[in-house]
Amino acid sequence: MQHPFIPRGEGEEAQMLEAIGVSSFETLLAPIPQHVRLGRWLDLPEPQSEYQIARQFEALAALNDVPSRFTSFLGAGAYDHFVPAAVDHLSFRSEFYTAYTPYQAEVGQGTLTTIFEFQSMLAELTGMDLANASLYDGASALAEAALLAASVTGKSKIVVAGPLHPNYLQVLETYCRGQGIEVLCDPSADGVINRGWVRDSLPGAAAVVAQSPNFFGLVEDVSGVFADARSQDAKAIQVFLPHALPLYKTPADMGADLAVGEGLALGSPPSFGGPALGLFTTKLEYARHIPGRLVGETVDRNGKRAFVMTLRTREQDIRREKATSNICTNQALLALRATIYMSMLGPQGMRDVAEQCLEKAHYLAERLASVKGFALPYKGTFFQEFVVQTPRPAWEMIAEARARGVLPGVDLARFPGLQTGTNRMLVCVTEKHTRADLDGLVEVMREAVRG
Amino acid sequence: MAEKLIFERSRPGTRGALIAPLDVPGKGVDALVPPGLRRAVEPVLPEVSEPVVVRHFTNLSVLNHHVDKDFYPLGSCTMKYNPKINDRMAALPGFASLHPMAPEASIQGALALMWELERALAEITGLPAISLQPAAGAQGELTAMLIARAYHRSRGDEARVEVVIPDSAHGTNPASVAMAGMKAVEVKSNAEGRLDLEALQAVLGPRTAAMMLTNPNTVGIFERRIDEIAKLVHAAGGLMYLDGANMNALVGLVRPGDMGFDMMHLNLHKTFSTPHGGGGPGAGPVAVRSDLAPFLPAPTLVRDGDLYRLEENRLMSVGRMHGFAGNFLVLVRALAYIRSLGASGLAEVSHQAILNANYLLARLAPTYAVKYPGPCMHEFVLSAVKQKKQGARAADISKRLLDYGFHAPTTYFPLIVEEALMIEPTESEPLGTLDRFVEVMIEIAAEIERDPENVRNAPHTTPVIRPDEARAARQLRVKWTPTRNDG
Repeated sequence: MQHPFIPRGEGEEAQMLEAIGVSSFETLLAPIPQHVRLGRWLDLPEPQSEYQIARQFEALAALNDVPSRFTSFLGAGAYDHFVPAAVDHLSFRSEFYTAYTPYQAEVGQGTLTTIFEFQSMLAELTGMDLANASLYDGASALAEAALLAASVTGKSKIVVAGPLHPNYLQVLETYCRGQGIEVLCDPSADGVINRGWVRDSLPGAAAVVAQSPNFFGLVEDVSGVFADARSQDAKAIQVFLPHALPLYKTPADMGADLAVGEGLALGSPPSFGGPALGLFTTKLEYARHIPGRLVGETVDRNGKRAFVMTLRTREQDIRREKATSNICTNQALLALRATIYMSMLGPQGMRDVAEQCLEKAHYLAERLASVKGFALPYKGTFFQEFVVQTPRPAWEMIAEARARGVLPGVDLARFPGLQTGTNRMLVCVTEKHTRADLDGLVEVMREAVRG
Repeated sequence: MAEKLIFERSRPGTRGALIAPLDVPGKGVDALVPPGLRRAVEPVLPEVSEPVVVRHFTNLSVLNHHVDKDFYPLGSCTMKYNPKINDRMAALPGFASLHPMAPEASIQGALALMWELERALAEITGLPAISLQPAAGAQGELTAMLIARAYHRSRGDEARVEVVIPDSAHGTNPASVAMAGMKAVEVKSNAEGRLDLEALQAVLGPRTAAMMLTNPNTVGIFERRIDEIAKLVHAAGGLMYLDGANMNALVGLVRPGDMGFDMMHLNLHKTFSTPHGGGGPGAGPVAVRSDLAPFLPAPTLVRDGDLYRLEENRLMSVGRMHGFAGNFLVLVRALAYIRSLGASGLAEVSHQAILNANYLLARLAPTYAVKYPGPCMHEFVLSAVKQKKQGARAADISKRLLDYGFHAPTTYFPLIVEEALMIEPTESEPLGTLDRFVEVMIEIAAEIERDPENVRNAPHTTPVIRPDEARAARQLRVKWTPTRNDG
């Protein structure tokens, strides 16, 4: 019997070989030198049925801390927002799910139209002129923005102002190192941007990068450093948080030339961080320099509105080594999920979610700070995440909370580059948390202090 | 009537999702957001109810061609069937809802799964060290080029910045080389469609960092002198890199590590059946020989007895490529696929993919020109030179195929074949589908002989017909704007 994935009936192979005009399948392999052939089975288990696989995978999944058993306050770049059921239902339709990149526009209008809608929503949310069809994740979107800035300015220094997600910084450094671009970080930054340091570092820079809300959750007015950047002919790159945008000034308001972010939480669960959704937006003047796919509106032969991938001569399959980026496959399905998500929530839902994150985070911060030994080390204004100082090493508090079914936050000691010591934790709140969840965390922390 | 945009379905006062009322004492946005940071103008997003959203996206979806509908012979893209059990496994809450910053003790199941996948891919490729971080093939290529550079630098060999690439290569190859700050050097193919060894020798030297090769190559034939190629590149001090896009021809049959490759990437969304999703997500793990392992992206997955951890501190590493651990849910699907097929099933995949391609080639060769004769591996390239003389080009044939319910082949690639139609049937297609495709291709050729204009004007039945691409680029409209489209 054939494997269920392979539709080859009895006797068909012989019939096909006859049509090909060879006596055996082996003849077709003649160009492969014998000695490079494997000549044995791969050392892998035998084929397994669906229910065998389900049993193994369910066992592996059960080794992870699943949401049904744990209340989580983890953020740090991955956010657990509510996802309406219709998002899964629609995005798992075969028509979207098993289609390729819509190079044949005539049979890809479904995907092309949704990408156009995605680009439109992103542009609205950020205030920027245009968004591309997606990149791999927020970190590589930042790296691509930096490479674009270096390319259009002809300069090779990137200045990182204030606290940037340490993983983003690492990806930025990886991408820049290849092209000999220097990445400069502020060793003196304490929670927020040190504008003096940025000014001193700007001469010769291709771009200044500022994350807001920053890695510690603090919302910064980045318009000042962006103005400083402009005065030195450097580009301004903001790393933004899509869920904060209904309440806060947009990257465009701040004067950003490029604005990038992580869109995973727009309609997808945390997914252990991937597949994620790199958001990339910019001004119209850079349209011909952007990485990745872009969908534009046009008309077909009969004058009917149609959507196509456009400004294709930027891309690798046409421009090869002169392409603006090597990216080909992107995160289209995640972009579709974000589009459905934003359609479902609408302007009111997006605002409700943002307000609840804001209110609940402040409720929790205030109560946590009142627990003996706890404090809020940064005084700046924040959105849904904040740093707490813990009376004992954060990893101890986290381990004790975990034993009580709570994942209270991210231990900042995991990022030695931050130099924030052992007693700090980054706590994140979303609209999904109830008052009982928040009070529960405070109670667990109180117990953990008592030991 | 064109499909409306979701914005054009907006009705003020409607919404698609309910957010529960705030259950903590609220202070109000005005108290919590300083005036200088407050957003002035609300974003214009659609206001639509759930049924309107569901109908809108359902109606858009049916405008797409897709694998679950019919044949998708897109060469180089491996549009195989996507088994449904894989998606169910990826949707398990223990995977889908898992947070990437959870403590190590909270993520042991995910890491164990990644470990199993790494071991399986190491066995399949014959290259023992794996990074699952790269999010797609192109990012895998970039990772490998950075590894090549770091490797040579670690040996004090700063001059090696050239990467040799055949003229038949995928566009991502030279683009990835440029992105890694290196220089692509092109080598031409010979009359067989294979790499010209003399031309290769002429460009190898003390500046050679690596050779990027696709094998089987992009015309679908095996580089039979792969041994000599590897020897030449190694003798010149370069590394051999395999673009794994065509791995669907080799799984269980040939291991890249056994034919002289030092590193490669895999496209899990091609060879290992994870859904293409309309353009992504994919995953592009990189596999390298053991002495290149220290250069792999950090963090790397480490096993200590029964415990797994992500090792961040790696001095020789090229650095981090992904914000978190790569496209994890894609990895879950790929492992489920490998487990479903097992050793015998995986070997059968490449066997049937090669059989299907050769069958189509044999049946179409009398009608369409074949620049490089077979046997082919898992794909082949036809040339519509004869049809062009008769009045219809490769692109027209592709468009005409859409009228018959098939997707088009990859058109005008590889660049070394004039009027190229690159066809990859994969192992998923039954004989009946292949025969139906052959009949249609022969019928289109006959149609070109008697009425080329009808083919030139194709398609005739699709939702839109030959959209004006020049206009899209000239009058750039990349977002909906309230004023223009209202009413």
